[in-house]
Amino acid sequence: MITHDLVILGTGPAGMAAATTALEHGITPVVIDEQPAAGGQIYRALERTPVLDRRILGEDYWSGESLIKGLKDPQIDYRPASTVWQLTRQREIGLLHDDKAEMICARHIILATGAMERPMPIAGWTLPGVMTAGSGQILLKSAGAVPQAPVVLAGCGPLLLLLATQYLRAGVEIAAILDTTPRDRYRAALKHVPGALRNVSTLLKGVGLLRELRRAGVRHIRGVSALRAEGSGQLERVLWKQQGDDNWQTLETPTLLLHQGVIPNTQITRAVDCHHEWDEQQLAWRPRLDEWLGTDIPGIAVAGDGGGIVGAKAAAMQGQLAGLGAALALGKLTLENSTERAQPIRKALARDTAIRPFLDVLYRPAKQWRLPDDDTLACRCEEVTGGEIRRMADMGCRGPNQTKSFTRCGMGPCQGRMCGITVSELLADANQQSVEETGYYRLRPPFKPITLGQLAKAAEEG
Amino acid sequence: MARRVVIVGAGFHGCSAALRLSLQGYEVTVIDKAYAGRHASGVNAGGVRRLGRHPAEIPLAVAAWERWQCMTDIVGDDCGFRPVGQVKVAENDKDMAILADRERQVRDLGFHHEVLIGRDELHRRLPALADHCPGALACDGDGFANPYRTVTAWRREAERQGVRFREGIEITAIESKGNGWRLSGGGEHFDADLLVNCAGAWAGELCKWLGEPVPLTAEAPMLMITERLSPFLGTVVGATSRPLSFKQFENGTVLIGGGVRGDVDSVRHVAETRLDGLAENADTVVSLFPFMKEARIMRTWAGVEAVMKDHIPVIGLSSQHDNVIHAFGFSAHGYQLGPITGEIVADLAMEREPKLPITPFSIQRFQTPCPE
Repeated sequence: MITHDLVILGTGPAGMAAATTALEHGITPVVIDEQPAAGGQIYRALERTPVLDRRILGEDYWSGESLIKGLKDPQIDYRPASTVWQLTRQREIGLLHDDKAEMICARHIILATGAMERPMPIAGWTLPGVMTAGSGQILLKSAGAVPQAPVVLAGCGPLLLLLATQYLRAGVEIAAILDTTPRDRYRAALKHVPGALRNVSTLLKGVGLLRELRRAGVRHIRGVSALRAEGSGQLERVLWKQQGDDNWQTLETPTLLLHQGVIPNTQITRAVDCHHEWDEQQLAWRPRLDEWLGTDIPGIAVAGDGGGIVGAKAAAMQGQLAGLGAALALGKLTLENSTERAQPIRKALARDTAIRPFLDVLYRPAKQWRLPDDDTLACRCEEVTGGEIRRMADMGCRGPNQTKSFTRCGMGPCQGRMCGITVSELLADANQQSVEETGYYRLRPPFKPITLGQLAKAAEEG
Repeated sequence: MARRVVIVGAGFHGCSAALRLSLQGYEVTVIDKAYAGRHASGVNAGGVRRLGRHPAEIPLAVAAWERWQCMTDIVGDDCGFRPVGQVKVAENDKDMAILADRERQVRDLGFHHEVLIGRDELHRRLPALADHCPGALACDGDGFANPYRTVTAWRREAERQGVRFREGIEITAIESKGNGWRLSGGGEHFDADLLVNCAGAWAGELCKWLGEPVPLTAEAPMLMITERLSPFLGTVVGATSRPLSFKQFENGTVLIGGGVRGDVDSVRHVAETRLDGLAENADTVVSLFPFMKEARIMRTWAGVEAVMKDHIPVIGLSSQHDNVIHAFGFSAHGYQLGPITGEIVADLAMEREPKLPITPFSIQRFQTPCPE
């Protein structure tokens, strides 16, 4: 098995910045990415997007160009279209590329695996025609495609508003934005405005998006407190209630895009059993990290949204920090040197993330959007409802690993990625205990399915 | 006055002992450092197997098999038991000779559940099997069940009978107190007249404290499960000279195991999978069922399990104390025996001669030179 100094997983802002920083300090990293092109989700398909009118995707998107250029340095061993299906605490990495399985080893690993969308399990969310805003945006970035219009966007969070403006600029008809932000959140978030002013440009950008949508006359329905998707075999209509109004309102639409923020993708850190904490502010799990973003496993660090949601710019800064951390760990920098270099980055990072408390409070999804009804599916792969999870709690299941055998919840092809957080919260709620106590799925490799034939071959070549 | 029993370990055997003792009027507390079924009991391959048992275990396995037939009457749940049969296939003539010997040996002991079948019968039962296999040893009526569901059913029935379960408490000290024991852990004390050691991979620690050390190692048998496939396999399949256990569930997923070992992380008390073993296991499957080459693996895992040097459990009274009963070290094939462990423990607690022969499982076999 070949041992590399540094392996970085993911080519979002954190991974790319980590790679160039490491290179600056004499480390030639191996950079693995599942996608065929660099950029992660935020700069997805930047080099080959058919959306050439730069105004549509906006300047923030195109700002990823320089990071991608940095990744193309011939000294960096960049391996696109490679799936990681295994990672051990001994830092052995199982890769799959062109149908061939391979094992490599690393002295140091930076996981830059980013965020994923928080599931929004409402009635009818599995109907064809209902997608997440993130997948809607990926379609737009990578294929210049849009789902069938007019579209309805529902939920909360910056991405929902950004996608709405991108659609608006691209000429996609928007039937409505159904904003689920509870009305009292605006007041609650107010006290975090002074802090957020340290990152005033991002704050203004958000205000700008709202203004652009209002000026264009997009129907923006606030205070949505109940939501359901209906149709026979296909989405036909969206129904909602507004706070203080008991009547359902209806809109016919072929496309509903759901979104209520993003959460760290902890699939890999869970699989190697790093210590995780429940972040009550962000309502998500995240690995516990030290000042160089190291986990509690020697030689494994996490940069970017995978360690707690910080946003693209901050993710790149964390990538730089993790790159310095790697240089320190690999003996390329002294502690003094790396600390000195890290100082301005830490300062900029603090400034950039000063907006998080404001966003976290404002867009904290209310309970009814996180805990599905008894009849609503929590686990899409194995079709397990919220009610079944509650019944498991009644039977004495205290944590998500105990519900698996009864319901198969979380045991389908997505390995619990989609339902993990929902099930933890459902059980915590039903058992009247904290999410921290309730815990999360133990994750079992492979992270992505691998065939028996490929596995058998990996042994021969390992 | 009811005698107080403390059982250490809420695995299948601990739950089984708890149920039987409480039915006899004992006041039972089960203490587990994690939760019921956390390790081997909850994550094993679920084989309900008499086939290929160590000769000393055959009477127990046969008695347990009878309990599996009426599981619902015992705990109100069939535990997912499916008597689809098990076969151990031969991959060549040498294997076939081994199996023929085995059939003779079992028959000589007076049991008739293992039957040699030839090529035609084997391929009739397993149309997807590779051509090269000349025959198999079959055991109709064996099958598989759902491990975690089983532990939970037994645990719930025990609770219905008044057993208290204390999970998340690790016993850190044992001292004798009066005629009984005081166990300490998690800042609490537990007093018992009778102590039952069902602590699985952690049972050796208790034995050390009790002054009767045993050669027990914690091992981690690995398993993997595939995506859902169209039904192609009725029976549970094992191999003769390499580790394999292979079964398809009603939902189409295929479980592959059979004894390849992962690593045990003794600090974190968890098992970790090892790629080389899994790959070897995958290779066995692909050679026996070539079409499985394209099947995708969804998950791999390993459970921590107590394995004795001679691969049979310790069941019986302590050699050092007259108020301690051991039932541990099932060496990766204890699941099927779960239903009868409790009956034996209850017999021992009441100072009755157990209905099943347990002399070979005495802890004393590790203390005095074995006469053979």
